[in-house]
Amino acid sequence: MKTINKYSASSMLIHWAMALIILSMLFLGLSMVQSLAVWQIEAIALHKSFGILALVLVAIRLINKVVTTSPALPPSVPKAQALAAHLTQVGLYASMILMPISGWLMQSADGRHVSFFGLFTLPSLVSKDIETYAFFREAHGLIAYAFLLFIFMHVSAALYHGLIKQDGVLGSMLPGKHK
Amino acid sequence: MSKKITLIAIITLFALTILYFTGAFNSDAVTAQRFVNLQQGEQAHAGFRRAHAKGICLAGSFESTGELAKYSQAKVFDLGATPFIGRFSIAGNNPTAPDLKAPVRSLAFSITTDDNQEWRVAMNTPPVMAVATPDAFFKQLQALSPDPVTKKRSPEKIKAFFAAHPESAVFNNWKASYKPTSSFATEQYHSINAFYLVDENNEKHAVRWIAKPQLSDENIQPLNNDSADALQLQLKDQVAQAPVKFDMLFSFATAEDDENNPTVLWPQSRKTINAGTLVISSLQAQEGGVCADMNFDPLVLPTGIEPSADPILRARGAAYAESFRRRAKEVLLNN
Repeated sequence: MKTINKYSASSMLIHWAMALIILSMLFLGLSMVQSLAVWQIEAIALHKSFGILALVLVAIRLINKVVTTSPALPPSVPKAQALAAHLTQVGLYASMILMPISGWLMQSADGRHVSFFGLFTLPSLVSKDIETYAFFREAHGLIAYAFLLFIFMHVSAALYHGLIKQDGVLGSMLPGKHK
Repeated sequence: MSKKITLIAIITLFALTILYFTGAFNSDAVTAQRFVNLQQGEQAHAGFRRAHAKGICLAGSFESTGELAKYSQAKVFDLGATPFIGRFSIAGNNPTAPDLKAPVRSLAFSITTDDNQEWRVAMNTPPVMAVATPDAFFKQLQALSPDPVTKKRSPEKIKAFFAAHPESAVFNNWKASYKPTSSFATEQYHSINAFYLVDENNEKHAVRWIAKPQLSDENIQPLNNDSADALQLQLKDQVAQAPVKFDMLFSFATAEDDENNPTVLWPQSRKTINAGTLVISSLQAQEGGVCADMNFDPLVLPTGIEPSADPILRARGAAYAESFRRRAKEVLLNN
């Protein structure tokens, strides 16, 4: 069996597109729940629209993950690090799925609409209820912090591989002829 | 070695960026959280609104005249009746405060038309704000807050605040002449902030509205001045007799009016249209009532009504959301 050391072009595209959207969304989300600025209303509308986009992208990403082959970590990576990498990846995928769904659910539970750039509106998932709202509102916030932690670990590890180990792990997600 | 430093530098920078967005370096900014902290006071009343904690739920029907329909796509203004739920309340963070001591009274409602478009409205007795920005409003609340030690307001602080904010003159004039009525049913409630009605041609019309009572103090049930729940008890007697009605009067701004400034009144001569009548036919205690779980966020608007750029209006959503989030969590954890 031929071993591969790079992700497919489709995997790279979706990885970097989602990285951009997710970081923007997390930082926007944290800002907009605190800020009293005039851009608040537009920020929430954008957050909802890009949230729908992120939900669609994660579905495509999961399909892409099944149909493409991911490069394995080099054998030089210690077992504990490989396990940590695996758990971080599980955490990242769980966050990617739960973030938009908890957001959609909390909006439904407060009787609010989630619109995609004004083009269409998502159906309501649950009926209006303050306790349901509380659960998903808190979940949305907690998952956001967990997500940031996973991203921080993921970015730190990727840079460690790229700068210190130079073992091709970082290069596997970069276009071009990196090793 | 330099690669290690680069790595540490990038990771540190990334960590600081995350901390920045969580608000860790933001302790001086007026945020929704600081606003609600100030409103709830030192001892929050768990499960209750942080502002306007005491109120009574109501239900009824909005009977539209159809006269506003040509100015707004919102179906609620088509000729006909739409049911609503709502709430009368008094200002303050104490859910058992005496009704007659509150300086401000409110009427809020939520109305959903059959196209699943919801309009949430939160109106107060003052027609204007004292100040025009969230920062200044925060300072106003700080100036009006009792001293944590003496539990008393400081007249010097209040005087200094209003002196530094001459735009508060209209508000203070209103306050000086305002005499609380003997019923929730006889007060006049104001949108305060301006909104846009958006018509079929997507043209925007800046408006403010008032809920004008059809009853006056001369023809209402008596008020028991000794009761802490005087207004609620009076209202129950009133609604038991006949539905309580308010006319929804919309004033249209002209080019001379700044719809983004909530501190100035628009002249009485502005074009005014009676959109319809709020007919309040039943009441319900807020404990377990339908309005208790509502967040009357005035930025939840149907197609056909849009917010103006008024900075106070635009700050209301985040502040209401923070208050709602806190009490929702308390309701979840206490049940």
